[in-house]
Amino acid sequence: MSIERGICLSGKGLTKVFGLGRQKCVAVDNVDFDFYEGEVISIVGESGSGKTTLAKMILGLIGITEGEIYFHGKKRDISTQMKKKEYWKNIQAIFQDPYSSYNIFNKIDAVLMDCIHMRGGRELPHEKKVKMMAEACSFVNMKWEELTNKYPFELSGGQMQRLMIARIFLLKPQILLADEPTSMIDACCRSTILEMLMQLRKEIGMTLIFITHDIGLAYYVSDSVYIMEHGKFVESGSPDSVILHPTQAYTRRLINDVPKIHEEWDLSTVSYSQS
Amino acid sequence: MNMPKVMLEVKDLTTKYVTRFRENVYAVDHVSLEVEEGKSLGIAGESGCGKSTLALSLMGYYFAPLHYMSGEIIIDGVNVTGMDPDTIRKSILGSEISYIPQAAMNALNPTRKIINFIEDVYQAHDPYKTKKEIYELAKKSFEFLGLPANVLQKYPVELSGGMKQRTVIAVSVILFPKVLIADEPSSALDVTSQKMVIKMLKNLMENGLIKSMIFITHELPLLYNVTDDIMIMYAGQIVEKGTAKQVVFDPIHPYARGLMGSIIVPESGLREIKLAAIPGVPPNLKNPPSGCRFAERCRYVVPECKVTSVAMHEVEGKRAYRCIFPEKELKNFYRKEAQ
Repeated sequence: MSIERGICLSGKGLTKVFGLGRQKCVAVDNVDFDFYEGEVISIVGESGSGKTTLAKMILGLIGITEGEIYFHGKKRDISTQMKKKEYWKNIQAIFQDPYSSYNIFNKIDAVLMDCIHMRGGRELPHEKKVKMMAEACSFVNMKWEELTNKYPFELSGGQMQRLMIARIFLLKPQILLADEPTSMIDACCRSTILEMLMQLRKEIGMTLIFITHDIGLAYYVSDSVYIMEHGKFVESGSPDSVILHPTQAYTRRLINDVPKIHEEWDLSTVSYSQS
Repeated sequence: MNMPKVMLEVKDLTTKYVTRFRENVYAVDHVSLEVEEGKSLGIAGESGCGKSTLALSLMGYYFAPLHYMSGEIIIDGVNVTGMDPDTIRKSILGSEISYIPQAAMNALNPTRKIINFIEDVYQAHDPYKTKKEIYELAKKSFEFLGLPANVLQKYPVELSGGMKQRTVIAVSVILFPKVLIADEPSSALDVTSQKMVIKMLKNLMENGLIKSMIFITHELPLLYNVTDDIMIMYAGQIVEKGTAKQVVFDPIHPYARGLMGSIIVPESGLREIKLAAIPGVPPNLKNPPSGCRFAERCRYVVPECKVTSVAMHEVEGKRAYRCIFPEKELKNFYRKEAQ
């Protein structure tokens, strides 16, 4: 398919430096990227390679030391709280740890109600709101009747993560940033969650950015893969080219380290001095 | 030819949790298993299926709300069931059976140095050793395991995640136990650290420092590469067991098949496969269904499934599965579906 797609998010020379002087730590180092509309993008790297810092910069949760982020070709402006809120209508995130993603004092009703309000549904009649919430819950295979009047901590990890997807279903953002959405969930639930995310993406046509250290997952879902090492993108391209035919030594090592089932898993390459 | 020595034997072990409202939750339900010398057994299953409870039960860790119900645990010919907690602590834990906890990040006390943990272990088992002797021993075993000796003098916060996990393993095996239980030792680590941890465990096995291992995880590709045998658990029961190859490539039980369908590995051809998600949720173990526990989610369910409980069917060798259908019929179902 060769549909001309616009660039929805791009970064130019993004840099994040933590600390000063001798304590200085360059977490993200001069990163450029262009994410196209409707694409599934994976950013893969080890722990400490700066994936989450990049995600936080994209979301506007932390400041940028240097560089700019362009949203639909325009420079992103989140200087005031109002503008930030406007920006977050377009970009949303699912985080790694579902247990700490919710306000523990708010009931699930309030969590979902907030989403409707954020989409400008404040004036809708209550029955309409409930109907929308029930629809969102049924999308993620949960029953609204079982969820209402409950607190998020009464749910299991997989259910919480699914509720997160229900939120995204209501918010309908243009970009969804999923920061290791499945790393705390077991393998069986993982495929359910992935399936839901993919279906959601199809339904509302959003761009999906996966941040993960699971190379198998990146290979399975994405249209383009970025490999990150020490705050830099070392390799990028289509999953077939990057993961099956890596050119960089780092990528090759990373892929070599994943346990596989049809190929031999070579343990002899491990050297303990790496960390 | 002499028979391989059985290191760990579990017969019909049942343990339960008692909730605040006096409800019984049978998290481990009539589990029997056997691990021979030099072999490793993998246990896989969803969260909440009783994998970790099984690990705690094997160690004799019966503190409320976990209670022992019935069954026997025999470690290298010694029946440890019914021993009082103090004896278990003194003579069984650490030297006979040892445990690598799931969250190694939180397993170390941040206010103590690594050497202090090792001193604690020796104090319980061999109180006449001097600190100097302990240090020498610890240094030797750390160096053998590929950890620098200066780790011993560090505090846990000074170590990286992978290093911390390897340190926890090194402390766990300091007395060279006969059975090592590794409960998701690498689930919080990235692939490179994970490989180091696995290499370390394999090293220990190959050198005979630990006699046998039970490896618990939900990551099947990892399990396939690490262990000799695999056991699949569902809702407190074993639903299938066999060698790693048999279970991964030729599963019999519908649930095991579903699990294998959710494997994601970066290999060519993966993108064309549709991931198999098992719909529904596991049953509540407070009042488990009377029939097959997987019946609610099973694609091949027939009314008989829900009537009586299903026993394990033995197939050739050590292979066994828990389903009312014979193996051939299940295979037929799968073949039809594939077409």
